[in-house]
Amino acid sequence: MPSPQIDIHHIAKLSRLALSEEEAVQYQGQLNRILGHIDQLSTYQLDAEPSAHAMPIFDVIRPDIARPGFTQEEALSNAPRRAMDQFQIPKVME
Amino acid sequence: MSLANSTIATLRQRLLAKEISPRDIVTDVAKAIDTQNASIGAYLSWDLEKALKEADQADVSQPLGGIPIGIKDNMNVIGEPCTCGSRMLAENYTAPYDAGAIVKLRSAGAVPFGRLNMDEFAMGSSTENSALGVTRNPRDLERIPGGSSGGSAAAVAGNLAIATLGSDTGGSIRQPAALCGCVGLKPTYGRISRYGLVAFASSLDQIGPITKTVEDSAILLNHLCGKDARDSTSLDVSVPDFTSALGKDIKGLRIGLPKEYFISGIHAGVSAAVNAAIKKLEALGAIPVEISLPHTDVGVSTYYIIAPAEASANLARFDGVRYGHRSAAAADLMEHYMMSREEGFGPEVKRRILLGTYVLSSGYYDAYYLKAQRARTLIRQDFEQAFEKVDVIVSPTSPTPAHKLGALKDNPLAAYLEDIFTIPVNLAGLPAISVPCGTALEDGKSLPVGLQIIGKPLDEMTLIRVADAFEKA
Repeated sequence: MPSPQIDIHHIAKLSRLALSEEEAVQYQGQLNRILGHIDQLSTYQLDAEPSAHAMPIFDVIRPDIARPGFTQEEALSNAPRRAMDQFQIPKVME
Repeated sequence: MSLANSTIATLRQRLLAKEISPRDIVTDVAKAIDTQNASIGAYLSWDLEKALKEADQADVSQPLGGIPIGIKDNMNVIGEPCTCGSRMLAENYTAPYDAGAIVKLRSAGAVPFGRLNMDEFAMGSSTENSALGVTRNPRDLERIPGGSSGGSAAAVAGNLAIATLGSDTGGSIRQPAALCGCVGLKPTYGRISRYGLVAFASSLDQIGPITKTVEDSAILLNHLCGKDARDSTSLDVSVPDFTSALGKDIKGLRIGLPKEYFISGIHAGVSAAVNAAIKKLEALGAIPVEISLPHTDVGVSTYYIIAPAEASANLARFDGVRYGHRSAAAADLMEHYMMSREEGFGPEVKRRILLGTYVLSSGYYDAYYLKAQRARTLIRQDFEQAFEKVDVIVSPTSPTPAHKLGALKDNPLAAYLEDIFTIPVNLAGLPAISVPCGTALEDGKSLPVGLQIIGKPLDEMTLIRVADAFEKA
């Protein structure tokens, strides 16, 4: 596994973080050092099956029956902005 | 003596004997907070009036009736804040429901009281990543309490709480318990519902108790475990009475000593304390067995791929729309997302979101995430093979005692490497407990050291049996 230089601006955009230029420089250096360490994994013969979880539980389903959830008021209670009993976001269409 | 200094076991006896009331306990805990929280900083907030009301209504005939329990500030308790130590949730979030673990506590009669400081979104091992305040180690106020459940451990160690809940993703219950000198138990993954625990790394996170004694740990665990339909990873298995493991001997029990864990680089005082603890276990009749966990050295790398990857997905929910900080400056939707998150998250959280996004991004998934998942299998298999030969595995909880505040501030990698003994346990989903095992001398100060005892999946009983025998010897 090579140690590529992170394109921090691209990753920040994917992460939805408006990093300052100062932060970008700092994180680029730190992440490259962390990845440099993580690259030790490439020196190992890793031929095991991948585990997503420690416990072998799969396909947990519940009965398809309606059950109580939040009321509209409860769901909206922490919204930073609301209008007409809905979440409000910046305009997306002209 | 203030009732805040007591254990659950003692308070329960006194409540049943009608010597004290739940109100007396809550009042004494609140007094301890009033006088000491300014210097220790364990609590971010507490609602005395609400707790007194609940204490007055508590049914002391219930197993935890009238016992106040401090809660790490990443578990939802209805009507209370849940900041996760972050600006993101500090301004305007009030929990609209109780977490699964809180429902369990309440049904046993306990009173959730107070919100405990933590590394932001549980990312860190010192509580210095909290955006909302500094927590200090009650054993030495110039030092960190550990983390991420630093407030939970500091409150117990400083007698600002009877017992608390923490959460553990890579050691966040055990390490602060070790550094502050209390008992911290991370149960098997799936034992306790994660519903209402704000997710950091979903395949690793687990709630557990931080207490003054092993007995209290067993008592609390009895009323936290069990299947919850709202957490699909919670296990549908029977819950034993964990207190029945107390007061038993450990003669003939095989104790695994992983040769990879007893290495140079461990603080000399920690080494000495842990070696003395092993001698003590031997004197109690346990049989030490050298074992090997050959993939120990890839644990940290594996963790710092998997945990940030899961975190980057989990924290995508903080979009400034449904809850949390919303930037006032954004002109359009993309800017709204980017600026709300930029303003709301602190440096360690951003670092891990960036790292997680990178390892999951197109072209790197196989090189990092898939490889880490394969390594995770090997780490789990290491433990499976070891547990064919031994009943429990012991190690230091942390390679060093508590650092001074700020010591690892600018070196995140060095801080990550300190999690070497706790991380593999989460990757393998195993239960583990940290119990105090003496002190290590540093700069003329005696600082607490923790002994980590790791068990087979769902075998918390043996952990409690060993830890209790050790504690009482």
